[in-house]
This record gives sequence, C-alpha cells and structure tokens, in this order.
Amino acid sequence: MRPIARRLLAAAALLSIPAGLSAHRMWLLPSGTVFSGTNSWVTVDAAVSNDLFFLDHQPGRLDGIKVWQPDGTPGELKNGATGRYRSVFDVQLDKPGTWKIGSQLSGVVGSFKIDGVEKRVGGRGGPPPGAGGPGMGGPGMGGGQPGAVRQPPLTIADIPANATEVKLTETSSRNEIFVTAGEPTTTVFKPTNQGLEFAPITHPDELVAGEAAKFRFLIDGKPAAGIKVSVIPGGKRYRNEEGGRELTTGADGVLTVTWPTAGMYWLNATTTDTRTSTPRATERRMAYTTTLEVLTP
Amino acid sequence: MRSILLTSPVLLAGLVTAPAMAGTVTITIPRLGVAEYHRPYVAVWVEPAGGGAARTLAVWYAVKKGGNEPGTKWLSDLRAWWRKGGRSLSLPANGVSGATRAPGQYSLQLPADLKPGAYVLNVEAARETGGRELVTLPLNVPKIAGSATGKAELGAVTLSAR
Repeated sequence: MRPIARRLLAAAALLSIPAGLSAHRMWLLPSGTVFSGTNSWVTVDAAVSNDLFFLDHQPGRLDGIKVWQPDGTPGELKNGATGRYRSVFDVQLDKPGTWKIGSQLSGVVGSFKIDGVEKRVGGRGGPPPGAGGPGMGGPGMGGGQPGAVRQPPLTIADIPANATEVKLTETSSRNEIFVTAGEPTTTVFKPTNQGLEFAPITHPDELVAGEAAKFRFLIDGKPAAGIKVSVIPGGKRYRNEEGGRELTTGADGVLTVTWPTAGMYWLNATTTDTRTSTPRATERRMAYTTTLEVLTP
Repeated sequence: MRSILLTSPVLLAGLVTAPAMAGTVTITIPRLGVAEYHRPYVAVWVEPAGGGAARTLAVWYAVKKGGNEPGTKWLSDLRAWWRKGGRSLSLPANGVSGATRAPGQYSLQLPADLKPGAYVLNVEAARETGGRELVTLPLNVPKIAGSATGKAELGAVTLSAR
C-alpha cells in the first residue's frame, strides 16, 4: 500500500485494531441475508459498540465500505447516512447471487523515541495543538471546533532518521458481510491471498440452527491453523451472560461452529505473525470480522 | 402424469379411478381466529430420505402480485423450502405455482414418476403477520400412507394411496 493511502486510512486504524486490544466491536448488521423476488434491497447498520448488536457508542465509517456484486465487480452503496450511533446504507441486490459488503483497513501503529520523547505512530493521533503532549500537527487543522480537533496521527513517513526504539506493528482487518439474492454463489469468496481472509466451506447464507458450519481461514492464501475466533450471539441485553464462545481453527485452518439458536452472530478472528511488509515493522496484527445470520431449520 | 392436479375434496371423489401408482397428499389450512388474517404461503416438496435433490410439488403464493413488492418477495419466508431448492426454481412454474389458498382441505397428486423408495414429504406454511410451520412425514413409495398434524399454521397432512 502506498504511503498516501496509509495516511488516509490511519484515522481509521483505531477501528482496525483487533478486539483483543479494544473491547469495542465493529459490526455491520444487514436487515437480512437471504432474499427472494425481483426487487431486493438490503439495508445495513454500521456501528461500533460493546454489546451486540446495540447502538450505543459510535457509528461505523462509510468511507471505506465497498460493495462486491456476485460476479466480483464493484457495486454501489446507496442512501448512506451517519448518525450519532450508527451509519446506515442500502444496497440494491439487482443481480442474483451472493454479494459481499465490507471494508478492508490497513495501517501501521507503533512508537519511536526522538530526543528521549516517545511519539506514537498511527492510532488516534495527538491531542489538539496547544494541549501539550506528542504530535506534529500543523496549523490549519480543524477550523470551526476550537480545542476539539485532534491532530492527525503520525505515519511511518514522519519518523525521523535519528529516531530510536522504533517499534512498528502492521495492522490489517476486514469486516465483511454476505447477502444472497436467489441462489447462493461463491465468486465473492475468491481470496486475494493477502492477510487474513475468510474462505467459507459452508455458505455463510445457508446457516441453520443445530447444523455445524465449517469456515476456512487463510493467511496470505494459506490455511490459518490455530487462530482464535470469537463467536458471539446478538441480543446481549436480553440475557445475563454474553454467550460468546472462543474457538480455534484446526490444522487445516478450518473452524467448525455449531449454532445453538437462530439469530445474528458476530464472528471475529484475530491473529498475529511476523511476516511484515513494512520496513522496520516487527509484527503483523490481523483481524477478520463478519456478521452471520442463522435461520431456524 | 407430470402435472399436479389440485382439486377440492368434492372433485377428488371423481378422481379415484387414477392409476394404481398414484398417491395423494391432503393438506389442511386451518381457520385461525386472528384479527388480521392473510392466506399463508405454502410449499410442498419431497426429498429422498437419505438426502438429495428436493422436488417441489406445489408452491402457493401471491402469484399475481407485481409492482415494487412482487409476491415473490416473501418466498424466502418459506425458509426450509427456499434453502432446499425453492431458490433454484424459476417461478411461476407450470403445474407447481398457484395462488394462495383460503382455509380448507386441499389435495394434490404425487408425481406418478416418483420411483419406489423412501422419501420425506415436507409441507411448509408461512403467513404474513403470522407464524411459520414445517410439517414433515415419511413417504414410502409405493406404500403410500401416513399423516401428521401441524400445531399452528397447518392442520392435518395426510398421505394416501390413490
């Protein structure tokens, strides 16, 4: 990825940090996953919150969300809007088959020292100018909201040559949902062989309570063995326990999940390795998130 | 005989001279005491007992409803049927699709070319502002007999030879 793209995405990097570091969960919630008829639309909520799927924290960002039509070509996001707690958008499912909707974020986070002062790369950026603390934000940021605008985060391009103790971690995450009009298809599951990806064996729009589903995870196109996957049912407010399960993929990268009841489930896989592509980065942190609908038999 | 014969119980009496291999499914759509009643969508299909392709015998839905929300929009509410093959069917399908039915008893002929063996007969109903129910019962060809009863959205489903 070009540095300029990294800079654009750096603001979103906060949301790409795996859930292990931040309890806040990013989710996309479709109005449905199985559609019939000739004029199907799906409407999707995008939000960040602890409890699934309750809108009580932050809206999701629409600028990184893309639509893949069943043939793999780009589709159109319509009627996007962002409110206090959620963003919402529609996709007109005007072609039969399985659609993919979601975002891929990547960036670099970390820290370095310059003249004995630690500075952070990526993340949320620094506090507003004049508030003290680290940062290199220039003038002209913000405009109408004095004191409220944070400085943009530093990027790897901002690390001076004489910096010491450079610690950098690549982050990449995907947050995707799958919806099907008519018969399910599999073209949108074709892996890019970059980072952590979802290669379902059971079609994600054919999930049924009481039947086991199998999903393969891939890292750079190879089976992701032994990675941790959280599966959490929605409707947290109406239960005492969260009801989440911590599962692990097998040696073949395959995760087997059973669904005790029908409903919407949030699935989040996270892993780290050292196969970085950024100079000086020592670790690569990867996350994959999806929302799955399980129907009654 | 490829086509499905849909007849009222009265007319059925005239059909008992059908070929020896024939079988009949009788489906009861119950009368429900609800404030807002809409006729249910109903799908009837058979599957080989050991798994395999489903064969749809009938699907009753708002065939003629067009416009922005065509009648096909809610076919996926017959979710078992939709998953088992309804989604692969091009509708309306000759001899298979039909209009929704008012409460009452309806009979339809099993396909005469159903090969001897063990099957599962499925009847699924889904009703607007109402519930959804799936009734299944074993179907042995050629020894066609049996019955099952739904709890809410479907009444008796009966299989009989002839």
